[in-house]
Amino acid sequence: MNGLALFGLGIAAALGLGVAAGAADEGMRIHAMLFAGAAIIAVFFLINRIYEPKVSPAGGSDRIDYNDGVVRAGAIASVFWGLVGFLVGLTLALQLAFPVLNFDTAWLNFGRLRPLHTSAVIFAFGGNVLIMSSFYVVQRTCRARLAGELAPWFVFWGYQLFIVLAATGYLLGITQSKEYAEPEWYIDLWLTIVWVTYLLVFLATLWKRREPHIYVANWFYLAFIVTVAMLHLINNATVPVSLMGSKSYIAWAGVQDALTQWWYGHNAVGFFLTAGFLGMMYYFLPKQAGRPIFSYRLSIVHFWSLIFLYIWAGPHHLHFTALPDWAQTLGMVFSVMLWMPSWGGMVNGLMTLSGAWDKIRTDPLIRFMVVSLAFYGMSTFEGPLMAIRTVNALSHYTDWTIGHVHSGALGWVAYISFAAIYFLVPPLWGQARLYSLRLVNVHFWISSIGIVLYITAMWVSGILQGLMWRAYDNLGFLEFSFIETVEAMHPFYVIRAVGGLLFVIGMLVMIYNLWRTIRGEVRAEAPMAGTAAARA
Amino acid sequence: MIKHSFIEKNSFVLLIGILVVVAIGGLVEIAPLYWLDSTVEKVRGVRPYSPLELAGRNIYIREGCYACHSQQIRSLRDEVERYGHYSLAAESMYDHPFQWGSKRTGPDLARVGGRYSDEWHATHMIDPRSIVPESIMPGYPFLATNRLDYENMAGHLEANRTVGVPYTDEMIANAVADVEAQANPDEGDVDALLARYPKAQARVFDGEAGKITELDALIAYMQMLGTLVDFDSFDAAANSR
Amino acid sequence: MNYETAAAFAQTGGLIYFVVLFAAVIAFVLWPRNAERFREAAKIPLKED
Repeated sequence: MNGLALFGLGIAAALGLGVAAGAADEGMRIHAMLFAGAAIIAVFFLINRIYEPKVSPAGGSDRIDYNDGVVRAGAIASVFWGLVGFLVGLTLALQLAFPVLNFDTAWLNFGRLRPLHTSAVIFAFGGNVLIMSSFYVVQRTCRARLAGELAPWFVFWGYQLFIVLAATGYLLGITQSKEYAEPEWYIDLWLTIVWVTYLLVFLATLWKRREPHIYVANWFYLAFIVTVAMLHLINNATVPVSLMGSKSYIAWAGVQDALTQWWYGHNAVGFFLTAGFLGMMYYFLPKQAGRPIFSYRLSIVHFWSLIFLYIWAGPHHLHFTALPDWAQTLGMVFSVMLWMPSWGGMVNGLMTLSGAWDKIRTDPLIRFMVVSLAFYGMSTFEGPLMAIRTVNALSHYTDWTIGHVHSGALGWVAYISFAAIYFLVPPLWGQARLYSLRLVNVHFWISSIGIVLYITAMWVSGILQGLMWRAYDNLGFLEFSFIETVEAMHPFYVIRAVGGLLFVIGMLVMIYNLWRTIRGEVRAEAPMAGTAAARA
Repeated sequence: MIKHSFIEKNSFVLLIGILVVVAIGGLVEIAPLYWLDSTVEKVRGVRPYSPLELAGRNIYIREGCYACHSQQIRSLRDEVERYGHYSLAAESMYDHPFQWGSKRTGPDLARVGGRYSDEWHATHMIDPRSIVPESIMPGYPFLATNRLDYENMAGHLEANRTVGVPYTDEMIANAVADVEAQANPDEGDVDALLARYPKAQARVFDGEAGKITELDALIAYMQMLGTLVDFDSFDAAANSR
Repeated sequence: MNYETAAAFAQTGGLIYFVVLFAAVIAFVLWPRNAERFREAAKIPLKED
């Protein structure tokens, strides 16, 4: 296996150097060199690993030797990319409030930084959280060690390379300009290789399981992995101008490309940001609450109805456009129906705490989880609402959409991720508990205030701008010029930036807390709400 | 209980179940857009981009303009009054990828062609706030100094032909000449360009003759947006779908 | 293919497909023999690790 891996890395390095030598454009040259460099570094580490003395697992033979090294690496990567993504988001928010911050450069203008922000938070932060947590959960719920020894590490480092290639590409102007699918053809190919390996590692671990049943969290993870693969391959079908150049042209045209894109785009939300994170919810919430999920039956209905309905919802991004009406109607109807499984999942999560609601006071991790479910419920109610044509006529193209996305992304995705990371770090580093639960609480409140500022600012600015666009004066003329509506946004953009700043500060508090935890320190502090709030 | 069979039954059933359920939704929604004749309206006037326009479009794509500008006028009264006739599917039938956008931090650009002078665009691109003081758009002064890279426009046209854009051999053979003729009409065969790309606008777009910059290409693209379709040939009732 | 044929097919076939799928899922979760399995499965995360 090691020999084969070395051979593969050798080919990768040669390929990188070859393309770098004959690259058709500067961006491709830089990326080819990055790729070759990554392969060479990997060769070094692989040789190091081969000569490393084998350590036999500690403890009795009945104890499963879980592969937690890759989960630890994933936890660090999640926190790192989270901070990067939030900081770029804050930069963008400030650029919209104070355009001088674009500095009139190519590299730092809003158009190039925006995909860096979305990719960093969705794919780098969210993706690492999902890969890391799925590797942890699948091992625990199967009571089996992760399949493969090199393969999980290839998934981890291959995914980091994908992120670095995508992110540097945006700054260099290498983009398909398809929302949330910006990376160019060769980066997409690389991600495909990594992703298929991920699927195989996950499946092979299921095959090794010692539990007769596949726990429902793994259903959600599997649906996330498989569906994202399908979406990625179809939406990114493309013809490169040259195999030595970065530019390509998407196979689909105009209206067909539009629907393919939003079929992809909405299900990036549905399967990346929802199904995968629901998988986390179904493991970490019962675990932290110390009781099984409220209804396992409901979780199965939740699963099938959610993945079935989500896939249809894409056309609601294209209301009143040149997309045929029948497709718009289909998208609207399915989006409204989607409300039901979404709330089914939320209810299932919240009811798990019935009889143990006091934990919200005493356990800040439960607090993060409950509030994340509350935000999940709120944004999955808001989403179907905005998918209704008449509402969409007002909300589309405005900041309301941005607010909606962030209530889901900050409130739901980030909060359930924070809870999972707080849960995982102590056991992964062999510590009994977190450095400080009170700091978790500080993080919770700072970032919650940040989210509230963010989404309320976007609601007001979005609805205000939507109404201004369609306002008529007494004589029947449009009342506002476009630029007047831009001017009216300014105060809300400043408030939004303040909200984003608070969210970043919360993240810094988390990093400090985790850092002290990993060092094995425990803060002398009074327990929350006067009772012992030990981890489950 | 440990299962040893290579393809373990439950996980396989689950995998296939997921694939079937998620594949059907996409198939039923997207595939008919290719089969149904009514998807793209029958109108005259829409043609593939001229090489200079395509190069400009690629700069639009490179800078991520879609993040703030839509190119899709919805069929709502205020949008039609503000921006012009609602967008037709036919108008983006040669767009790979589409650039309809999803956010209007700035105004829609689907019919921006001909609305402002070249000089307005050039000044606005270099320093937006010198023309619109309240604007929050980034400045793009580097476009005016960057030479346009168009040596391989033939390759770009060919890639487009592979994905279905009807570029002819003649268009591909003349790709570079057409870029030069459109941005420097005094030194090129404009008649041949117009024969290949009707309604193409040939002139020095950035105010600086002789040097073909990225700004030339971008303005050439912006000035043709929404100007091609012949609305006399569009029958709204016949295209109800 | 024209719009009318596609719509007619989608409206009948789609209805049958949705109902069958939904019935299958509901039957699966409410099948009495599965109850014990689900109870056991729900406890998986709480087992010692």
